[in-house]
Order: sequence, then structure tokens, then C-alpha cells
Amino acid sequence: MPVTEYKPKIVAFCCNWCSYAGADGAGSARLSYPAEVKVIRVPCSCRVNPMFILRAFQRGADGVIIAGCHPGDCHYTSGNYFTRRRMTLLFSMLDYLGIERERTRVEWISAAEGAKFSKTMNEFCATVAALGENKRLEDLRCKK
Amino acid sequence: MQEMMEKRALELLADGTVNRVLGWSVGEFPYDMTPAVFRSAEDLKDRFVYNDFCGANLSKYLIKESKGEGKILVFLKPCDTYSFNQLIAEHRIKRENVYVIGIECYGKADVEKLKAMGLSGITGIQMKNGEYVVETVYGNKTVKASDATAERCLSCKSKKHVVFDELIGEDGDVVEDCNRFDMVEKLEAMTPDERFAFWRGELSRCIRCNACRNVCPACSCEQCVFDNPNSGVAQKAAVNSFEENMFHIIRAFHVAGRCTDCGECSRVCPQHIPLHLLNRKFIKDMNEFYGEYQAGADPDARPPLGTYTKGDREPNEGGNK
Repeated sequence: MPVTEYKPKIVAFCCNWCSYAGADGAGSARLSYPAEVKVIRVPCSCRVNPMFILRAFQRGADGVIIAGCHPGDCHYTSGNYFTRRRMTLLFSMLDYLGIERERTRVEWISAAEGAKFSKTMNEFCATVAALGENKRLEDLRCKK
Repeated sequence: MQEMMEKRALELLADGTVNRVLGWSVGEFPYDMTPAVFRSAEDLKDRFVYNDFCGANLSKYLIKESKGEGKILVFLKPCDTYSFNQLIAEHRIKRENVYVIGIECYGKADVEKLKAMGLSGITGIQMKNGEYVVETVYGNKTVKASDATAERCLSCKSKKHVVFDELIGEDGDVVEDCNRFDMVEKLEAMTPDERFAFWRGELSRCIRCNACRNVCPACSCEQCVFDNPNSGVAQKAAVNSFEENMFHIIRAFHVAGRCTDCGECSRVCPQHIPLHLLNRKFIKDMNEFYGEYQAGADPDARPPLGTYTKGDREPNEGGNK
């Protein structure tokens, strides 16, 4: 039987105004990022409910990244400041429960930073691939 | 104490200040003191009790009760007043419909501690002079009251009533060295694998009875996210190990910044899961990252998750070592 290379599943929540456009920018500039990254567009990074992240893990994601505008640049003035507080607490809690903290990340990527988008995704993908499959927060029903 | 409370309640009922009283009565077992509403003097004389087993926090009942006709009298222990204040800050209780009597508290008893001493078939408990005479079907046993003090009371954060109309007994102070984060720190010092094993062991006992949610004064949304069949966690019985994790993380997150650390979640848990350790982790983190904050202490204070500063720490920095 051929040994297939392990490919992690990554969910990236991207803010419509900055990071999603940043992903677009990466595409226009012919910069590549791994196909394992599945981008989900959200109106603002603060739209990301902690439950979205846990649900992504439940449904088999190995890593979740939230990308939003740089602090101070939020299209809605202050959304990403709230994201920052919420995610700080949530990540700390996941760590407290013994779930690898490298599986979650928040990055600030502006619409002009296609290169940063590509670099971040490549890095994050490599980090998660090194951690291996997410076994601690998965839903066994999805692994049949 | 019970006589004084009963006397004052009867006076307030008689002069029409209030038309009903929220207190405790004996439930199914002699150690099971259940919240109850008393509507007449006879009822009050008949059923009202107050003793070391009255651990229940009555503030949540006021969400419904304060919207009824007329004023209601309620007895609140110091920790309960924080929950009461927090619910006022959230506009859940009509303050003008509640008459609060603050009662002094030096710690409540936990029947589980008695059971852990091997006492079963308890038929009655006599309390006097710092001792409990526990009557069981197998005979009586005398136990020191301090040996049965609930864990949450051993690390009591405050004996101060933050809100009251009158007091019975003494008002205390905030306890500065309550060491309530000791266990959280102990867990933080473990390796991720040990922490995972610890929480798996604790949370996998969860039977999703929702008692923690139903008793929590902060968990008082009219529609709960966990009742949504599409939430993925609405089932009663978890089909896999993930659901309890998700349920308890989300529940703790939803009360983060609003949890007053009253400890009711752990008290009512039929599986004895130390749920307060999740809430305390959030409280400790918020204190460390965003400055000391005690939910309910000041109803005008901004909750940590309802505000921000430009120099907040970044999520990737990590909270633990």
C-alpha cells in the first residue's frame, strides 16, 4: 500500500475587508499558499464565535487561524480589539485543557499584505503538519 | 439565626413591605435545603429553614420573581450579593421589587464531605456548637462542622455584602488571601499531556444534565445556544468525548467576565466535576491580562470582554508557561 503524505486540514477565518483581500492579493501576485488552507470569509474577525473554532475542530480541522485587520484598522472601528481579547482568553483556555496551543492562531493581515498572507499560511500549515492529526478535539463520528 | 430571620420576615410580611419571601425549605433529604417562596405567615412558620446546608444562591430566582406582583423579600449570603449585583448590572432583576436582607455567613456545609466519611443512609442532622450529630439508619455519629465545610467556602473570596437593604448579623470584608487560584496554578504548572488527562478524566464523567447551566446566575439567557439543535452539542447524551469539552468550554466562555465565582456549578454537579476551575481560569487570566476585576462588585464597572485597550496582549503570546 502506498504511504500517503499527511496533509493537515486548516480552516482560516478571514475578515472581508483586510485578510480576504490579502488572500486575493497573494493570488494576483502569484504567491502560493497550501491547498490545505480552507478560507472562510467573515465580515469581521470579531464575527468569529469561539464555537466556530471548536466546531471546526469537531468536524476534523487540525488547525484554525483567524486573520483580521491590524489593530486600529478595523472597518468597524473596534471589532478586532474585541477579537484580540476573546481569542487571548480562548487560546489560553484551550491550552489549560491540554490542547496544543500551536493549533490556533490569530494574525493581522492587511489587504496590501499578500506576501504576509502567503508566508503566514505556509508557516502555520507547516507548524500544524508537524503536530500531526488533531486527536484531542475531534468528533469521532466524522472519522469513519 | 433562623429565628431572627423568620421573625424579621414575619414583620415585613405583616406590615405589607413585601408580599412573599424567598428562602429555603427542607427538600427531599434532611441535608437538601431547597429554595422556596413563602406567601403567608403560616407557610413561613411551617416550612422556613436556615442552616449550614442552605448553600443555594437565591439570586437567580429573582429574575422571574422580581417581575411578579409586589415586593419580594430575599435572604442573600455575601457571595450571593455579587450575583445579585451582576444581574442588576445586566438589567435582569427589577431592583425596586426586591427587599434584600444580607445574612452573615461563615461557610456552608457540603453533604458530600459527610458521605466521603462513610456516612450513608442519613436520616437527620442536628447542628449545634460547631458539631453535627449525623443520624443515620446505622446509628449516630458526631462530626466536627469544620470538617464538612464546602471546598468553595474554604477559599471564600469575600464576606462583604455588596448590596443589601438591611443586614442580619455582621458585614465582613473582602478576603485578600483567599488562595482560590491555587488549583488553577497547579494545573498550569503541569505539562499539556497531564492537563489533557486531568480534564478528560473530569469532563468525561459529564452526563449533560445541564444542572450547571440551570443553576448558574450568569447563565440566564432566555434562549440558550445549547438548546439549538444545530449547535452540535444539544444532545443530552454525548456520543463522543468531544461534546463535553465543547459544552464546558463554551459555557465557561459565555460567562467569562460575568461569573462572580459563586461556585454553584460545582455544588450542583451530580458527577462532582470541578467546573469552577474553568471559570477561575478565565477570572485569573482576565485579572492578569486586563487588570483586577470582580464581577458583581461594582455594577457600573466595564466588564473585561466589553471593553479593550490599544495595547492589549496578542493572542499568540500565550497565557501559560
